[in-house]
Amino acid sequence: MNELKKSILVSLWFMFLTFPLMVIRVNTIDQTVVWRWENMALIGIGSFVLSFVWRWAMRRKEAGDAVAASGEKKSSKVAEWANNPALTNTFRAIFLLGFLVTPWLVTTYQTNILISFLLYVVLGLGLNVIVGVAGLLFLGHAAFYAIGAYSYALLNQYFGLGFWVALPIGGVIAALAGIALAFPVLRLRGDYLAIVTLGFGEIVRLVLENWSDLTGGPSGVSNIPRPGLFDIKLSVADANIYIYYIVLALAIITIIAVTRLKDSRIGRALQALREDEIACEAMGIDRVGVKVMAFGLGTAWAGFAGVIFAAKTTFINPASFTFFESAIILSIVVLGGMGSNLGVILGSAFLVLLPEYLRAFSEYRMILFATAMVLMMVFRPQGLIPAKGRSYTVDDPDLNPANGGGN
Amino acid sequence: MKRFSGLVIAACLTLLTSTAFGADTVKIGVAGAHTGDLASYGLPTVNAAKLVAKDVNAKGGIDGKQIELLIQDEECKPEKATNAATKLISDGAVVVLGHICSGATKAALPIYTEAKIVTISPSATNPELTQSGQYPTFFRTIASDDAQAKLGVDFAIGKLAAKKIAVLHDKGDYGKGYAEYAQKFIQDGGQAEVVLFEGVTPGAVDYSAVVQKVRQTGADTVMFGGYHPEASKIVSQLKKKRVKVNFISDDGVKDDTFIKVAGADAEDVYASGPQDVSGLEMNKAAKAAHVAEFGTEAGAFFDAAYAAMQALVNAIDKADSTDSDKIMNALRTENVDTTVGTIKFDARGDAEGVGFSMYQVQGGQYVELK
Amino acid sequence: MACPSVLSTVRQGAVPSRRRRGIMDWQYFTELFLGGLTRGSIYALIAIGYTMVYGIIELINFAHGEVYMLGAFVGLIIAGVLGIMGFPAPAILVIAAVVAIIYCAGYGYTMEKIAYKPLRGAGRLSPLISAIGMSLFLQNYIILAQTSDFLPFPRLIPDFDFLEPIAHVFGSSDFVIVVTSALFMAGLTAFIKYTKMGKAMRATAQNRKMAMLLGVDSDKVISITFILGSSLAALGGVLIASHVGMVNFAIGFLAGIKAFTAAVLGGIGSIPGAMLGGLFLGLSESFATGYISSDYEDVFAFTLLVVFLIFRPSGIMGKAKVEKV
Repeated sequence: MNELKKSILVSLWFMFLTFPLMVIRVNTIDQTVVWRWENMALIGIGSFVLSFVWRWAMRRKEAGDAVAASGEKKSSKVAEWANNPALTNTFRAIFLLGFLVTPWLVTTYQTNILISFLLYVVLGLGLNVIVGVAGLLFLGHAAFYAIGAYSYALLNQYFGLGFWVALPIGGVIAALAGIALAFPVLRLRGDYLAIVTLGFGEIVRLVLENWSDLTGGPSGVSNIPRPGLFDIKLSVADANIYIYYIVLALAIITIIAVTRLKDSRIGRALQALREDEIACEAMGIDRVGVKVMAFGLGTAWAGFAGVIFAAKTTFINPASFTFFESAIILSIVVLGGMGSNLGVILGSAFLVLLPEYLRAFSEYRMILFATAMVLMMVFRPQGLIPAKGRSYTVDDPDLNPANGGGN
Repeated sequence: MKRFSGLVIAACLTLLTSTAFGADTVKIGVAGAHTGDLASYGLPTVNAAKLVAKDVNAKGGIDGKQIELLIQDEECKPEKATNAATKLISDGAVVVLGHICSGATKAALPIYTEAKIVTISPSATNPELTQSGQYPTFFRTIASDDAQAKLGVDFAIGKLAAKKIAVLHDKGDYGKGYAEYAQKFIQDGGQAEVVLFEGVTPGAVDYSAVVQKVRQTGADTVMFGGYHPEASKIVSQLKKKRVKVNFISDDGVKDDTFIKVAGADAEDVYASGPQDVSGLEMNKAAKAAHVAEFGTEAGAFFDAAYAAMQALVNAIDKADSTDSDKIMNALRTENVDTTVGTIKFDARGDAEGVGFSMYQVQGGQYVELK
Repeated sequence: MACPSVLSTVRQGAVPSRRRRGIMDWQYFTELFLGGLTRGSIYALIAIGYTMVYGIIELINFAHGEVYMLGAFVGLIIAGVLGIMGFPAPAILVIAAVVAIIYCAGYGYTMEKIAYKPLRGAGRLSPLISAIGMSLFLQNYIILAQTSDFLPFPRLIPDFDFLEPIAHVFGSSDFVIVVTSALFMAGLTAFIKYTKMGKAMRATAQNRKMAMLLGVDSDKVISITFILGSSLAALGGVLIASHVGMVNFAIGFLAGIKAFTAAVLGGIGSIPGAMLGGLFLGLSESFATGYISSDYEDVFAFTLLVVFLIFRPSGIMGKAKVEKV
């Protein structure tokens, strides 16, 4: 009965709350008012039902949290699978094969979407190094994406450089910019860092937009050539497939590089930095150097992705690199579970492929997407694949396993 | 004997042309802003396409093939425009009606150029699109921005005796383009002075600082390049701060929505727009058909879009094929009666016989000034 | 009336052909100053919401700008309905503002319960993403529930006679904005300083666990914080809509980012800081546009933010945080 009462209250509340916006439609241009009472009924019933669902889901989540907090080693099925090397390798092989063959099986449009997806994977992995591994809150990633794209576009426009030459240059320029940003913001912690990087991201975009003489301003730069294949002229569809493979290659290289990075000395230094900066310094790790390196690495990848993006769309302008972009890339990292590669891939799939395939719902697409984002965070804040520290089991008979002698 | 062989030849030709058609339908792509804040510029084009297609299909289609419309929304955003273009091509569009905004059109054109798809826009006015020569498959049924800017400048100096002109824009591709041309023409003409050239941020909280700046420069005229939301806000602020200037703008503002949103402040505003062709019979019929079919008045660029569709249909028909070269040739050589008059296209893709006029808001309505 | 001659000539709407140019054109300066004051008041109203929420739960509430936008829309709807029913303009304005405040308080409260409360223990990033999702949700909610068009907002503030001499510089709606904002902000400051709940809020902001131990219901305090912040933002929305004459689903984003910048400039977590930051930003932008160029107006605002954060992260009013090792 209590449950029923609660739900009725919730339902009444929502009906009240959404009354002006959902029921009344005023058109001040034509001076008309439309009263849509049916919406109120919809909200009433919907919120009534959903409140039950919500409470059930919350209870489940709290139970799950309690279990995790008590230290029980109850890992999810997915994590179990992820630990089984034979299984993961087979999966990887299947996926790889799938990705390799796809462009020949689907339309150019679908290939385009997949290229977008892979670009975001690369972006997400790059940001993952900064945010997930090093724990630095970075909200300006789109700026470095833009720097990479504009490097190629402008180098091509003013100096006629081709794609393959511009690719490494774009990455280097983005990395340098990242390092340049890193130095002044070194001292900042947590949220302040986030705000500064947000500001920086906006500054880059606004400068690109206003410095028309150099960057073409809002008109952007067009007619950016696609990557050439030994001077063979490719049709639109074929060029797309070519780009797809380039991006796929980049994505694979990035995955490998990031994985190696995490295991390396630098990677471990970054993770130590994330956990406790002061202790890091006490241990002799060069805080400055490590932070700068994290920035440089993460942004370099954004630069590479940017060059490819410019080549893919053949036209760039500042409107593609807004704060919203940075927010999406960050969401990919967080949704996927910070620090894990597979998580980033899944997060990217969720955030990039989902809106595309939701096109069927056309006008409800964005709101469903936003709802999904909020729900994902509320019910699984640790992300799809939560970051797991490396665990070692110590096989020492002296240590009594019953006393928690393991990791 | 002769007749028989004639029959055979006719049969072969029909076979050949039908294979040249390929599919059972003629797929015409319609790309533009159908959602988002610029949807009011793109949706009338969709309606125009639908009306023409319905009409033509009822009469048996083009050379016996029905028209199929492939509608793609790109919100006037360049990166979405490239996606839309790719989709239209991969879905088999043979010609495209679109895009709507100059920026989006510019982004999509390289794709259409490479795929050799004829594209006609009813509203993309950026001069480069036809004047640069880089887009040979592009046509349009509206005059370009430099013509608009020139008209505005000549009007300001000639009719309004402007001496000090403040040129503003919305930092967007279209608005800034118009403003830059206006500035150039004023400076080249030497009869008036550009006392201010600045961009305002769309969506900013208020524009009082820019308005104060306009007053400070002593300008007697403001020329604004951009769309109606910003124009509306600036005009309101100008009136609020009692800055007495003439306000001249482009066809992004020559829209009834501007008058409705700005209300009383819109009075006396000048804007250039496509010449008034509402007297033409075909035009009246098209507008009436719109009301009959959709229940509302036709919106922005409807005339030009309807005309563009008519031109496309006519060209495909006269060319007896969907081969792009033949269509382009037909567009350039065949006159076609449309809702904007009898037109054909010149070598660069502009429509001959289509120009701009200056309008003023008088008594809550845009009135064409002769 | 002993008005300076320059003001009286401009009152007639004519532009003086020769301006007295001494060391400084004081008239222009005043114009920009007053314009900046208006803009700054709006920023301040929104910034307070950001700073209060951050002070209490250390979350940057990205959806706050959308609350401002919701306020404008609710105000529009009420104003539209009442207008058709024939109410007099000042009454419409007051009623619309009150209703908008009530509703946005409700939205703020609900938003917190759904998207932020469940995430209280979950680190910094998850609530941030949730906030971003919420912001996107509210924007699209308006698009679906209302429209994506630009809707005109009726001009509800009549021209005040006593302002006539300077109306071209500081009109009646500017006046209403500045005065109303000042009143509400003063009210809020008094509330925080003198009431029990205000004390509870300050305590919770300083140290939540300690406050809880002392018997403060932190859930209630947090809800009140959101309610107050949203109310002010809603007021800002209605005022600005009436001033500019137009509402649209996208106005929340830019205003939100600017207000957030203002909150940081003033020292995030400090309410007087947010007010000062808002005014400071509004004035800076106005002067930057007036004396330099409006092209780089936004770049200026963000550069200011970055510079401040690098050299004085605690902002104008904030106290430097002592980092315990």
